[in-house]
Amino acid sequence: MKTIIHIVKKEFRQFRRDPKMFGIILIAPIMQLLFFGYAATLDVNTVHTMVYDRDNTETSRNFIRDFSGSGFFAIDYVAKNENEINEQIDKGNILICISIPREFEKRIERRETAPVQFIINGSDGNTANIAAGYAGVIAANFSKNIAADILGRQGKKVLPTGQITPEARVWYNPLMKTRFFMVPGIVAMLLSIITMLLTSLAVVKEKEIGTLEQLIVTPIKSYQLILGKLIPFAILGFVSVILVIAGMRVIFGIEVRGSIIFLLGNSFLFILSTLGLGLFISTISKTQQQAMMIAIFGVLMPMIYLSGFTFPIENMPESIQIISYFIPLRYFMTIIRGVVLKGTGFAELWGETFMLGGMGLAILLLASMRFRKKLE
Amino acid sequence: MSGNAIEVKNLTKKFGKFVSVDSINFSVKQGEIFGFLGANGAGKSTTIRMLCGILEPTSGDAFVAGYSVKTEPDSIKRNIGYMSQRFSLYDDLSIEENIEFFGGVYGLEGKKLIERKDWVLESAQLTGKETTLTGLLPGGIKQRLALGVAVIHQPPIVFLDEPTSGVDPISRRSFWELIHILSGEGCTVVVTTHYLEEAEYCGNIILMDAGKIVAEGTSSALKAQYIQHPVFEIETDSPVELMEKIEKAPFTVEISLFGNKMHLAAQDTFSTVSEIGSALEKFGAKNILRIDRIVPTLEDVFIALVDKKGK
Repeated sequence: MKTIIHIVKKEFRQFRRDPKMFGIILIAPIMQLLFFGYAATLDVNTVHTMVYDRDNTETSRNFIRDFSGSGFFAIDYVAKNENEINEQIDKGNILICISIPREFEKRIERRETAPVQFIINGSDGNTANIAAGYAGVIAANFSKNIAADILGRQGKKVLPTGQITPEARVWYNPLMKTRFFMVPGIVAMLLSIITMLLTSLAVVKEKEIGTLEQLIVTPIKSYQLILGKLIPFAILGFVSVILVIAGMRVIFGIEVRGSIIFLLGNSFLFILSTLGLGLFISTISKTQQQAMMIAIFGVLMPMIYLSGFTFPIENMPESIQIISYFIPLRYFMTIIRGVVLKGTGFAELWGETFMLGGMGLAILLLASMRFRKKLE
Repeated sequence: MSGNAIEVKNLTKKFGKFVSVDSINFSVKQGEIFGFLGANGAGKSTTIRMLCGILEPTSGDAFVAGYSVKTEPDSIKRNIGYMSQRFSLYDDLSIEENIEFFGGVYGLEGKKLIERKDWVLESAQLTGKETTLTGLLPGGIKQRLALGVAVIHQPPIVFLDEPTSGVDPISRRSFWELIHILSGEGCTVVVTTHYLEEAEYCGNIILMDAGKIVAEGTSSALKAQYIQHPVFEIETDSPVELMEKIEKAPFTVEISLFGNKMHLAAQDTFSTVSEIGSALEKFGAKNILRIDRIVPTLEDVFIALVDKKGK
């Protein structure tokens, strides 16, 4: 036990002398929070719009006013000919062009169908989809009003009929902000980076400078060496988790609705697997560069993509969904979003908790066994 | 174990098909400075690593401080100090922190730790500089500190694997003074080196080549055994030409080049400088600046042995 404390103490003394460490532990969490909180958003707030109005009548202008009054569409350009539409879309200045043909007003008055063309830049499918949806709703409302108008002019009332009115209540994230979905995930990302990447680097560094060999000839047992190397990074991981949770609250007003203790407990189970992976990486790398490459491209990136952090797992092909079951981050992501946004706890998340703990223990044990074998 | 600190029996290490150490036998007496010589890749480091209990032998066994490297490596680790050719302290810890860490790992604490810390500082002449970062120390002082730390727990045996490679000659000398102090205190020192002049400081020496022991004994015994001819040092302006010229001369037994000097082992009939001088002149050797009769060095032994193997 004393030996482990000696190693932990030594690690912390080394952290103190390494300004990079402080950068990673204190600044990285705050940077990530700001990046993911503000920049990484899938919300569509402003749709840059062009109008090509060949009808130029009161009705067509009213139609356009409905768009500009919606709050989503910013009419940035008014086209004089069709070439301008191509030009602005190619330049990426506009997302959508509302093209109103001649005789728009006349057709409506003749009670015919009046087509309106929406030309949408679909290179970002998600945003295009949302913009098309908004535009469709505005157009539908406009034609509903036309119908009511005509009936009104004929002195008829719109007869009340059986109608369905959907009243959507969005729970947990009422403003439907991407931020609420992303920010809790940062806790998981940071934990992975600190515990996995830094652990592997710290072990490989000792290999590189030769101190690992020196440690092996001392009476230190391999389990003491492993624990002594892992405990400091587990502590650092928890410091950054607490920083992010505090930052979430202070900067974005996102509170943890569930039990923080449950969350920290699961964080512990999660880092069993990331520490194990870090240790494993250190056994297959000779240099710190190698360890860094393997950690980032071999483990971290696939882990993040397949965890549901950015892309919903339900939409992935089945074969990839199966792979995602082997990724501990997947379970931790579900847990952390559940606890932070929905306030769920062990009663709902016990399955994930057991998977996380089981995988963590298995990975850590296997990695330790391999590390031990490599030492001898 | 009859007073032997180390007893090696048919020790063999294979890496795949490559035989790094080939069934070697030797013993090291308590308290002696034991030298391990050989070119790079001769199997010195592999042998040392097996003796430290960090590399398992393929076959054979060795007893270090009475413990088998095969079955009791943990007991060996408590009874040895080890310092490798690479600098093995933490650059980003202060001198004091390094000493305390390794002291702690070996289970020293309280009064004992302070006492040993003072000893290490003193032997590396670093008293009063406890808080200096180790990485800022010059190479020679670092090596002395590393040696002090390696023996902080006062082990009966210490292994030094090329401890002075890359260290300047003056620091190397003071490093060896430290080794002699340790030996004087009864510590057995096993040291590998490829500086042949350092081997002169050792009691017994073994010479390894391609995993085998090719010679063993004290420095003077080795010289007596392998260099039976008078050796002259010849200084010249054009060493290569001269060497080619007299290589096959009737008076030459062995000749080797050291910069602009050469060592010539001559037939026994030439025992004085003037005798060999006139012989050289008769043979047509030119540009000779100086000739001296010298005491052969281990380098001569080494070259003679390697040459013999080549022939």
